[in-house]
Amino acid sequence: MPLPRLIPCLDVAGGRVVKGVRFRELRDVGDPVELGAAYSDGGADELVFLDISASLDDKAAAVDVAARVAEQVTIPFTFGGGIRSVEDATALLEAGADKISVNSAALARPELIEELARSLGSQAVVVAIDTEDGRVHSHSATRDAARDTVEWAKECEQRGAGELLVTSIDRDGTQDGYDLEQLAALRDAVSLPVIASGGAGNAQHVADALEVSQAALLASILHEDPERLVSLRVELKELGVCLR
Amino acid sequence: MKTVAIARYGAGNVRSVELAVRRLGADVTDDLERADLAVLPGVGSARSAMDGLGAAADVLRERHQAGRPILGICLGLQLALDESEEDGGVAGLGIVPGRAVRLEAERVPRIGWAKVDPGGEAYWFAHSYEAVTDATVATSEGHAAVVEHGSFVGVQFHPEKSGAAGARFLEQCLSRA
Repeated sequence: MPLPRLIPCLDVAGGRVVKGVRFRELRDVGDPVELGAAYSDGGADELVFLDISASLDDKAAAVDVAARVAEQVTIPFTFGGGIRSVEDATALLEAGADKISVNSAALARPELIEELARSLGSQAVVVAIDTEDGRVHSHSATRDAARDTVEWAKECEQRGAGELLVTSIDRDGTQDGYDLEQLAALRDAVSLPVIASGGAGNAQHVADALEVSQAALLASILHEDPERLVSLRVELKELGVCLR
Repeated sequence: MKTVAIARYGAGNVRSVELAVRRLGADVTDDLERADLAVLPGVGSARSAMDGLGAAADVLRERHQAGRPILGICLGLQLALDESEEDGGVAGLGIVPGRAVRLEAERVPRIGWAKVDPGGEAYWFAHSYEAVTDATVATSEGHAAVVEHGSFVGVQFHPEKSGAAGARFLEQCLSRA
């Protein structure tokens, strides 16, 4: 198996990295290129950029961010948010992104996963799943999508997804630890790599997540501070996690 | 200054490869025949890639016969083989004897940083198929990672996305070209 991955996640809107509480009161916390490059220097294995505005006006802004990141950052990155078609995804990959991530659009029209996999290759197609109590939620976790999380994960795999990014809604931002039970159930249900997200508060939480999944998404634990990534890597190595 | 031409067939990562070689001071041209180094990049599926290559396929074969350097990356390595079992079987360029087969690994696609031996350096991989060929000169967890046959060098990993280690690898390719 490739080495476990640490993946800082940056929320972007209108070409800037933003931070907000439950998608409200968005605050500008920096430039995606500068912050992405600093995380790369700090030892990130990959980066994820999530466009949380994802309105039509921002599509061009998203492609522009991907293009600027590709110029400065030499590690792989995923772009998600507002992707509804093969054309949307292709524009991001052509700009320099390595993978795209889809969520609500795939729930609304699951064939989108097949179309993306056929055109871009499975390795470029991440399906993001927001889950709570074993159920999938959509639209920034505001709606119950009437699907069982494990069943949806299996369907994503069958349709050609290359990776699953699984966020536990009830853990997100709590720093109480990842939902290990849910992650283990998904590990057993699919043979795709799984990226764990939601709940990281300390190095032990991350180490625990990497026992049951292939990568850990790091958001609030880093506080947009690349130095925290450096110290986290040291702590993880002390806990015996074999990192790059 | 070394010149690099990148075979274009609709693969997504052309820009990343272009940016990576430019960072190393190379000049990117469209002249696949005369450039110091030709790069066959790779993201996507074998069939659409072979269809998209068109006339470039012959240019690459001639380049190889003439002993001029070619670098194949990821799917670009697999395309150089005789055939791929992807998409129900696709004929490759036949530059390197061997075939691409469905990857047998614990998790597929195999995504992430993994060590390549000899050398022990870690590079970033993202693949669902692997090369099976006697031309393999380095492996990663039992999978072909670097393949060499005459003037063709193929890598299963993505040097253009492998940070400093990837840049060093590309620099070597450029200096040998």
